[in-house]
Amino acid sequence: MIKTDTLIIGAGPVGLFCVHQLGIIGLKCEVVDNLDKIGGQCIELYPDKPIYDIPAIPECTGEELTNNLIKQIKAFKTNFHLNERVEEIKKVEKKWITKTNKGTEFESSSIIIAAGVGSFEPRKFPTKEIEKYEGKQILYSIKDKTAFKDKTVVIFGGGDSALDWAIELSNTSKVILVHRRDDFRGMQASIDKANQLKEEGKIEIYTKYQLDSVQGKEIVESINIKHDDKTIKEIKTDYVLGFFGLIMQLGPIAEWGLNLDKKTVPVNTESFETNKEGIFAIGDICSYPGKLKLILSGFHEGALAARGCFKYAKPDEKYRFEFTTSSKTVKDRLGVKQ
Amino acid sequence: MSKITYNTHDNKVHTIDVQNGLTVMEGAVQNDIPGIDADCGGGMACATCHVYVQEEWWGKLPKKEDGEEDMLDMAYEPNKLSRLSCQIVVSDELDGLVVSIPSKQG
Repeated sequence: MIKTDTLIIGAGPVGLFCVHQLGIIGLKCEVVDNLDKIGGQCIELYPDKPIYDIPAIPECTGEELTNNLIKQIKAFKTNFHLNERVEEIKKVEKKWITKTNKGTEFESSSIIIAAGVGSFEPRKFPTKEIEKYEGKQILYSIKDKTAFKDKTVVIFGGGDSALDWAIELSNTSKVILVHRRDDFRGMQASIDKANQLKEEGKIEIYTKYQLDSVQGKEIVESINIKHDDKTIKEIKTDYVLGFFGLIMQLGPIAEWGLNLDKKTVPVNTESFETNKEGIFAIGDICSYPGKLKLILSGFHEGALAARGCFKYAKPDEKYRFEFTTSSKTVKDRLGVKQ
Repeated sequence: MSKITYNTHDNKVHTIDVQNGLTVMEGAVQNDIPGIDADCGGGMACATCHVYVQEEWWGKLPKKEDGEEDMLDMAYEPNKLSRLSCQIVVSDELDGLVVSIPSKQG
């Protein structure tokens, strides 16, 4: 059980700046995120796209913003629990106990949900009958590539994940790459390599095809792929891999007894607390009259939510407002040499 | 204002007056048309505002940017009439546009 003052769910820009705001008022926090890296949508959806509306930063990319925020909170030595999704929360006396899908448990006096539109999950095949094979022969990520040795693997997708795995697995497996259109969107070098392997007869590539159906009893025996012109082709295979990127899903947050308005959590605008005492919501996931889904609004929300957490973490102390420019205590916490 | 018709997966037809200059996605979200999630808020960074454009309207729409085609790779059951509704700006030329919303967005 990890004990801390505040648990932050979501390591996007808003969660990161909230670490800063908690840190300067002397509260400790831990951060959980389902992605394998820090940065949330900024890093997953638009690492290279420029952002023009961060105050005092005329232009930066999602990746630069993330890196600067990480730098800004370095002094607080915050623990990040990546690749973990919060599953359950419950209140035990005055503390919140939180459990992740990996079994990590936290005890905190408050929780700040900075989860954007929810956690990123792999996009799945739309085909209905495949559920019983998912996680066995139909996969959306690869944990152990040796499982595919000397097997037939059909890979769907047109981005870097699909191309990289097609190239990698072609060394040890029979690889068939299927994509819905002729153009691949991965790196040119990978596209060239895949085409070269095709010419050498090391992989097969079918474009303008999508998955149509899966045949098999207990295990997948073959799949049908359908061309844009409706013709069907059957492929015998051992594994089917889909790389269609990630989609955001609210997931377990919907089960925690929080008020929900569509996919957002209503909050008060004084402290961004939800209907549950000690649970706050900031950034894209919160809603209130006038809400703007801007990173800068999330920063403001995080600053106020951090102050809202203070009374739960230190019920016997009075919170004092201090400026970073003038407070010796705050500068100490930031590790500023004085 | 232009009339935009959204056919939703539950076989309902919603015809809405959408202000010119808004996107087809915004017209749906502001009028609570179900099935358009628009998770990224119109940044062409997800694929959850995916719609199928009625064939007769296809040629009247502005062409897709490369980025839109890339995102459509990730959409749920894309076909040759697929577009991201956040990239279709409503104008007088599109008065009467009909789009269908897929059964889900992910």
